[in-house]
Amino acid sequence: MAVLELTNISKHFGAIQAVNDVSLSIEPGQVVGLMGDNGAGKSTLVKMIAGNFRPSHGAMQMDGKDLILHKPVEARQHGIEIVHQDLALCNNLTAAANVYLGRELRKGVGPFRILDYAAMYKRAGQIFAELKSETRPRDLVKQMSGGQRQAVAIARTMLSQAKIVLMDEPTAAISVRQVAEVLNLIRHLRDQGIAVVLISHRMPDVFTVADRVIVMRRGRKVADKTIASSSPEEVTGLITGAIEQV
Amino acid sequence: MALTIDQPIEHKQQSLPARMFASQTFWVVIAVILACLFLSFATDAFATSKNLYNITRNVTFVAIVALGMTFVIITGGIDLSVGSVLCLSSMVLAVTMHAGYSIEVGILASIATALAIGAFNGIMIAYLGFPPFVVTLGMLSIARSLAMVASNNTVVFQFGPDHAKLLSLGGGAWVFGIANPVLYTIVLALITGFILRWTKFGRHIFAIGGNEHAATLTGVPVRQIKVAVYMISALSAGIAGVIETGWLGAVTTNIGTGMELQVIAATVIGGANLAGGVGTAFGAIVGAALIEVIRNSLGLLGINAFWQGVFIGGAILLAVLFDRIRNFRRSD
Repeated sequence: MAVLELTNISKHFGAIQAVNDVSLSIEPGQVVGLMGDNGAGKSTLVKMIAGNFRPSHGAMQMDGKDLILHKPVEARQHGIEIVHQDLALCNNLTAAANVYLGRELRKGVGPFRILDYAAMYKRAGQIFAELKSETRPRDLVKQMSGGQRQAVAIARTMLSQAKIVLMDEPTAAISVRQVAEVLNLIRHLRDQGIAVVLISHRMPDVFTVADRVIVMRRGRKVADKTIASSSPEEVTGLITGAIEQV
Repeated sequence: MALTIDQPIEHKQQSLPARMFASQTFWVVIAVILACLFLSFATDAFATSKNLYNITRNVTFVAIVALGMTFVIITGGIDLSVGSVLCLSSMVLAVTMHAGYSIEVGILASIATALAIGAFNGIMIAYLGFPPFVVTLGMLSIARSLAMVASNNTVVFQFGPDHAKLLSLGGGAWVFGIANPVLYTIVLALITGFILRWTKFGRHIFAIGGNEHAATLTGVPVRQIKVAVYMISALSAGIAGVIETGWLGAVTTNIGTGMELQVIAATVIGGANLAGGVGTAFGAIVGAALIEVIRNSLGLLGINAFWQGVFIGGAILLAVLFDRIRNFRRSD
């Protein structure tokens, strides 16, 4: 069964039709590459799934149940996690503090609850180990490489039982070696049965790691097919409009 | 497997001595200790119990407000209104008690006034998006003006039926001959240190100073916390105002003039970063101590008081210079 299903979703801002009648479904443990030129409607689509925008028309379903989101926190409660393009990390805090930012573990009773440093270091360390990342929980984020920073942002999504992780351009601003690291992190998420939506401009990344590719152009979904049955040339054609639709 | 996981979890970036030598606060402590040692040998007047009593007590007013300011500075904000808020709180206390109300009512009115001003600052900054510098600069002017209105710009030195209680609260020494304001400062510093290190609220303050956008995205209640830090800053000014009133035994509308600069200087000397994300309670106290020791020593060494500003300004630059040198080394 699909973990997330969108049916005839549209979003318009005044007269501008940002997303137009898009339907798609995402299976557990599937990596879906979401591609398209700037202004194609990728971000708007993702922001609706993340709870930032409400769709103008259409319905979203999660595990077969209707999904209505008013704000981002509700998306998180439903098991939808987002890795933001700028990663949303605080340089002055440790890796563990960043992983737990906004949902810190505490111990004690009633109003006398203090931060549980030991538990947060331990769990963060375990998550980094699961991700096969060399990131250490007590290290400050400001001293980390791009790949390690990605690992911290991705570790956040593994704190709760995430069902679907939306990643916004995770490989846009990092070195080639670190890109490989990030793609590995994505595979680890997938292996745990988490669905990953990878928004990317980089053709090689999508073709390396994704199972399916969805292409958007001018607010419409113009392609939705398995990676095996497509090619970078075809996707490029779809993005630019040289190929109308498949 | 357990070994391989525990190693990275336990791994600390630097050993304790290494972290100490890298901290600005540590070097300021050394400077304070060296200055005290030097003054003890160079002058007869420094290491007397009377002078030490004076120094420790004088430190407290700046130190208490610096503790509150530390919260604001860690979030990356600034509060220029503290000197005026201190004055207004003192004046509300003085006028209320002068009118015959008890000390409890006076303190309640005074602290409530401070909190209301802090809430106003915070709401303007967090919800209406005003720059902290501008809002608190405006409040610097407003609060002092209100103090003049409240007192008709007179000196208040009679505090009604609880006059003696108030003077004892600020000027007494109830435990082991330590001046009361010093005890208050120690207690407030411990509370501040605890909040910053051990509470979710403290963690979120650092997060806002580090990356406000990230804090918002991860669900930190940024606006509420910002209002809270400006209320804490005003509260600390209110508390200092009450204590200082009891100590001085008289209130004029000049009290706390220019204090905001001393307070900000104390936090910066103690290691807080005006760009946000860095600061400690201990640093605020140590910074305030260094400023007071400099002031005191100039007097004892017979140096013209006009030079005070040069030395305090020099201390600010020197303290930040340490920080710059450390960063240069790191970037190499």
